[in-house]
Amino acid sequence: MDYVSEFRDKTLIAPLLAELKQTLTRPLRLMEVCGTHTMAIFRHGLRAILPPEIELISGPGCPVCVTASSHIDGFLDVAQRDGVRVAIFGDLFRVPGSQSSLARAQAAGAKVEIVYSPMDALTLAEKHEGEEVVFLAVGFETTMPLVAATILEAGRRKLAHFSVFSAGKIMPPALHALLADRELALDGLLCPGHVSTIIGAEAYEPLVRDYGISCVIAGFEPVDILQAVLLLARQKRDGRAEVENGYARAVAWQGNSRARQVMNEVFAPVDTPWRGLGMIKASGMAIREEFACFDAERKFAVRLPESIEPKGCLCGEILRGRKKPQACPLFKSRCTPMDPVGPCMVSSEGTCAAYYRFGEGR
Amino acid sequence: MCLAVPMRVIAVKGSRDDFTSSRIGIVEAGGIEKEVRLDLVDRWPQVGDYLIIHAGFAIHTLDADEALTNLRLLREMADGLAPRSGPGE
Amino acid sequence: MKNDTILLDHGSGGLASGELIRDIFLSRLGNPVLGQLEDSAIIETDRGRLAFSTDSYVVDPLFFPGGDIGLLAVHGTINDLAMRGARPLCLSLAMILEEGLPLDDLQRIVASIDNACRESGVPVVTGDTKVVQKGKGDKVFINTSGIGLVDEGLDISARMARPGDAVILSGSMGDHGITILGQRAGISLFGNLRSDTRALHRLVQKLLATVPGGAVHTLRDPTRGGVATSLNEIAAAAGVAIELDEDCIPVTPQVAAACEILGMDPLYLANEGKCLAVVDGTHGAAALAAMHGMPEGRDARIIGRVTESPPGQVVLHTAAGGARIVRSLTGEPLPRIC
Repeated sequence: MDYVSEFRDKTLIAPLLAELKQTLTRPLRLMEVCGTHTMAIFRHGLRAILPPEIELISGPGCPVCVTASSHIDGFLDVAQRDGVRVAIFGDLFRVPGSQSSLARAQAAGAKVEIVYSPMDALTLAEKHEGEEVVFLAVGFETTMPLVAATILEAGRRKLAHFSVFSAGKIMPPALHALLADRELALDGLLCPGHVSTIIGAEAYEPLVRDYGISCVIAGFEPVDILQAVLLLARQKRDGRAEVENGYARAVAWQGNSRARQVMNEVFAPVDTPWRGLGMIKASGMAIREEFACFDAERKFAVRLPESIEPKGCLCGEILRGRKKPQACPLFKSRCTPMDPVGPCMVSSEGTCAAYYRFGEGR
Repeated sequence: MCLAVPMRVIAVKGSRDDFTSSRIGIVEAGGIEKEVRLDLVDRWPQVGDYLIIHAGFAIHTLDADEALTNLRLLREMADGLAPRSGPGE
Repeated sequence: MKNDTILLDHGSGGLASGELIRDIFLSRLGNPVLGQLEDSAIIETDRGRLAFSTDSYVVDPLFFPGGDIGLLAVHGTINDLAMRGARPLCLSLAMILEEGLPLDDLQRIVASIDNACRESGVPVVTGDTKVVQKGKGDKVFINTSGIGLVDEGLDISARMARPGDAVILSGSMGDHGITILGQRAGISLFGNLRSDTRALHRLVQKLLATVPGGAVHTLRDPTRGGVATSLNEIAAAAGVAIELDEDCIPVTPQVAAACEILGMDPLYLANEGKCLAVVDGTHGAAALAAMHGMPEGRDARIIGRVTESPPGQVVLHTAAGGARIVRSLTGEPLPRIC
């Protein structure tokens, strides 16, 4: 068993679809919260085989897409200072702030390095002793424990010229904000698999309690996704709303407490702006006072400007599941992956980029 | 939002509770090897276990029993459906 | 945010490159030959038909598993000639060297150019060298141009693809692109990743000798932009649709694994020793057998077919039984984690 091929097994897909068709009693509006689910659904062409009664809406689960333009502007401010080298995940490279992007800043001379792991940013710092190496961190609960562990390691290695600019975010407050919007009329959530690895299946119980919404945690292979849709359809058929774990091989009910402990040691909750959702209370991750020496925002006294959403851009509505990319007047005309206006077009897992690249499905 | 892949452990260095040395694993998939950090893993892995790797860190040791149970149930569902659509109906 | 400077994406071989070529170069320099945007130009003369091509090579690192910049510079231009059905005759070699480059490195590169030329039977017949100040270049840039001969009556080009054709890929995809990416500091993948750089002119000659004249409609080497971008170019130029079967597209397990880890799609990764052949469907099996008889085509597969509509569209039938549209690469493919 390699935990991948078994869950791509074609001989399980047709029966899952058949069972799903039998289970459906009415059309279902489901949101896949996670951007990696959006990508996987398009990559495997699942929209083409799902019954037409299933409407999939892409949610705010792409960390790059929900990063407010003010944070990108803050990142650019730091990246353009003398003696600074920034390290980023590839996802962030082309994301536009209000004026520019890191790709453009690099063309103008800023030192921008793409890394695979935050630990690689530490390696960069060790290599470039005369510079300040800043890791520009975006991510949810899956990624931020890694950033925390990297900061702890920087402390052990006594690296004085390494720091982190945190735009990290916590998922549940955003889901609460989203579900409070009754207009959305969702029948269920496909909950993010790897965020759940950390926060645990139990983290969705308050959502079920407060909003009566069905929550199923889904893995990322075709069988996983179809299975999760089926579990949601069964809940609807039976009139249930509960948390079900469709990704139990990777998600424990209580999650990964060790990772949460490391994350909470370094980060404290803070109010933070989300692109499209606005300011959400205690949904951001700020570096704690004890680790101030690794906090780029403090080190460079960055003042985040007001967030300015580009004119005409519907990313906000799209992230909230209210609109589909085709409804945006800029989609495919003024806004393309080559010349993106909003972040949903930039990030490879952004809803608009996925729709652009893989077609609209149906 | 969080791309992470299962990879098989081929070596483990350090131990779970030893904070003085680096806790590192060598993992493999399809012949590709990668060094990953084990600082955050919930269950300390043995060689042969599969880990979920995200950005150079192991975030979970995969649960083989859960995976097998899941696959068995899916298989049963598939087998249960097969006769209904078969020619013998 | 409109572009007013060159970005890395303009060199990716994807849509950004295409836009640059159209807006800056073709708008000024356009003529019927250049405007075809083929891998090499075919020039009709009184004494025969010449194929002419040029390409520049920049790669970091200079030396990588499976090859180096010198091999790429020889193979790349030979392949561009071969993709029009030409028999390559000779190459030019121009090198721009950065002050401080170790002579050992230069010697290694030239030795490897020598090997590649001998092996492929295509000599370097003219050359040029320039040296720029430290920091004004990046170790070595190479340009090669090549001339070849094309048989009378042979018209192999993207616009010749037609419904009913078989689409053949000469071997596994993505090997070069992922190997180079895996070498980057900060990514470092260990394992058996190797660039696939190799010359394809003999494979093409074998193909042309095997199937009847005119049955080979299009040849493309899917370098930057990958198989996805090359197929989109063919579909657009010929006004046809292309359907692919994911199950049939060869990818080695190590390339597939590296792509999963880095969040990349092998359809968009560069190849330096593979070609796409669009062949009259009735000769698809014969063409495939011809390729299988050559070491450089051993792993060839029929990966799809040309259909009528919608024109310009490439559709992938996924292994899971679904379907999706495959578009051209937009900008430089980057690893993603979130």
